[in-house]
Amino acid sequence: MIFKQYFNNAGISVLFLSILGVITLGVPFLNLVIPADNPFHLSTYTMTIFGKYLTYALLAISVDLVWGYLGILSLGHGAFFALGGYGMGMYLMRQIGPRGEYGHPVLPDFMVFLNWQELPWFWHGFQWFWFAMLMAVLIPMLLSVLFGWFAFKSRVTGVYLSIITQALTYSLLLAFFRNEMGFGGNNGLTDFKDILGFPLQADSTRAALFAASGVALGLGYLACRFIIKSKLGRVCMAIRDSEDRTLFIGYKVSHIKLCIFAFSAALAGVAGALYVPQVGIINPSEFSPLNSIEIVIWVAVGGRATLYGAVVGAVIVNYSKTFLTAAMPEVWLFALGALFILVTILIPDGFVGLFSKKKEAA
Amino acid sequence: MISREKFDKFMQRDRVFDFLIPDIPPDLDTRHGVILYLENITVAFDGFKAINDLNLYVDAGELRCIIGPNGAGKTTMMDIITGKTRPDCGKAWFGQNINLLKLTEPEIAEAGIGRKFQKPTVFENHTVFENLELSMAADKRVFPTLFAKLKAEEKDLIDKTLEMIGLTKLYKSQAGILSHGQKQWLEIGMLLTQNPMLLLVDEPVAGMTHQEMEKTAELLTSLAGERSVIVVEHDMDFIRSIAKKVTVLHQGSILSEGTMDQVKNDPKVIEVYLGA
Repeated sequence: MIFKQYFNNAGISVLFLSILGVITLGVPFLNLVIPADNPFHLSTYTMTIFGKYLTYALLAISVDLVWGYLGILSLGHGAFFALGGYGMGMYLMRQIGPRGEYGHPVLPDFMVFLNWQELPWFWHGFQWFWFAMLMAVLIPMLLSVLFGWFAFKSRVTGVYLSIITQALTYSLLLAFFRNEMGFGGNNGLTDFKDILGFPLQADSTRAALFAASGVALGLGYLACRFIIKSKLGRVCMAIRDSEDRTLFIGYKVSHIKLCIFAFSAALAGVAGALYVPQVGIINPSEFSPLNSIEIVIWVAVGGRATLYGAVVGAVIVNYSKTFLTAAMPEVWLFALGALFILVTILIPDGFVGLFSKKKEAA
Repeated sequence: MISREKFDKFMQRDRVFDFLIPDIPPDLDTRHGVILYLENITVAFDGFKAINDLNLYVDAGELRCIIGPNGAGKTTMMDIITGKTRPDCGKAWFGQNINLLKLTEPEIAEAGIGRKFQKPTVFENHTVFENLELSMAADKRVFPTLFAKLKAEEKDLIDKTLEMIGLTKLYKSQAGILSHGQKQWLEIGMLLTQNPMLLLVDEPVAGMTHQEMEKTAELLTSLAGERSVIVVEHDMDFIRSIAKKVTVLHQGSILSEGTMDQVKNDPKVIEVYLGA
């Protein structure tokens, strides 16, 4: 019986990964190989939009890991996502080189505009792709460890922790708005030209970025699944359900929270780094507290503590957003609010809960 | 010159600074036959003294019952022993060499003190088996836990415990569906796999039928000897059936201590309990 249950769970993962694999290979195929006049051709615009959803899905998984399994309702994960995005953005900025409006050999345009004479120290190294990617993962991790160290050590939990995470992302929003910070102020970083020598506007680069997002999502899913299926995963759920009991049987709850939170922040950073080249811009509005709340809504809509539910939720909500903000822009926020309320009341287990929960009970 | 000397002292390579030495609690030492010392413990919450100059000694291998009216400080005392509450003053030692007041809750658990809560607290979304697995004595740091595999002897221990607490058939059910009494037992089972030297058991038979109570009494008496057990209970019949030594708490300090008969006939106890 236990084996059957594990097999069933594995079945869902296999199904999820197969669908993801088909999409990861199929969408670039439909875009690149099928000629534009064929009805099956997929426009680059659509592919880029869906590539964006894939990075959102990875972000949603990272939130589901800490919220669904560890009980930490983080309303600040947008901050880790944006920091990862800035890491990638800084690399892309350095790649522009002398092709900027002002033609300065090293300095990005906004620095020339601000009359800066030389590159700030923290912009060094970002001309290397590997370094930028390392930072896109390490900086969110470092921030999460620093934040978590104080929050978890002093046993801040529940709604208080959520409020502090909001404050975290909001303070970063204000900081990044300042020109003096050296990240392009409220315009952020944009006008990117190429990545690793490939032009960003080219269909093939877009397709590669799409595929990379798909692969990252798949690997992120597998890593999270590995954690939650391990004994550590069961301890996480134990912490979620009864923190005191877990303490008294000898688990160092604050360490466990810190490690999982840092891993989740790293995932969010990767998602952000993949998001920026596809949308072509990163600016401080990504730190907006509203964004972080929206991520939590994706997870709630899709279904908490399932991982694939977070992916489903991220895609459903963002597809509706793309559709509605184009058709009836003023309606979107009301629709989002209504969706959240209805899902919470009618299907507390989210959309995937409609299908899987019944089977488990039977 | 002097500063140079000081500097050199700092550079001595054979010296390890105290703050660099990890603070590992030593192994339990009960050579003097006493496993728990509580001395002059006082705790006040907003001026109300929940524990007032409490002195309690528990011998290794002893089964001690603690009774007392509501608000006598029984649960607060357990909170102090397990590190949940820090006393305002006093000493708490586990054996001769482990200072409980310096350790956190998980460190105290690792040192060998297990606790059953007053309200049965099990992980309701986990199966019975998983509950026992999680509490089991093991390396409970993050990475060893991530890569932990259930060993054969660990599985045997869980199977044995399941049998002892009578939940073998329910091992794969979620703990949330168990009855109140079964949850109590599961929690006792979790204590057993945790393998502590000192068990703190808060109201183990609340909500149990008479047969269940008898079985619990049997279980607890069988545990004492190798381990020490402290039982807090209201049910006098139950206490009479297991107790050798009883401590009566009243208003945060010890009112009387001795065998059940001695305590029962103590005029101070009669006054508190009967108000006469």
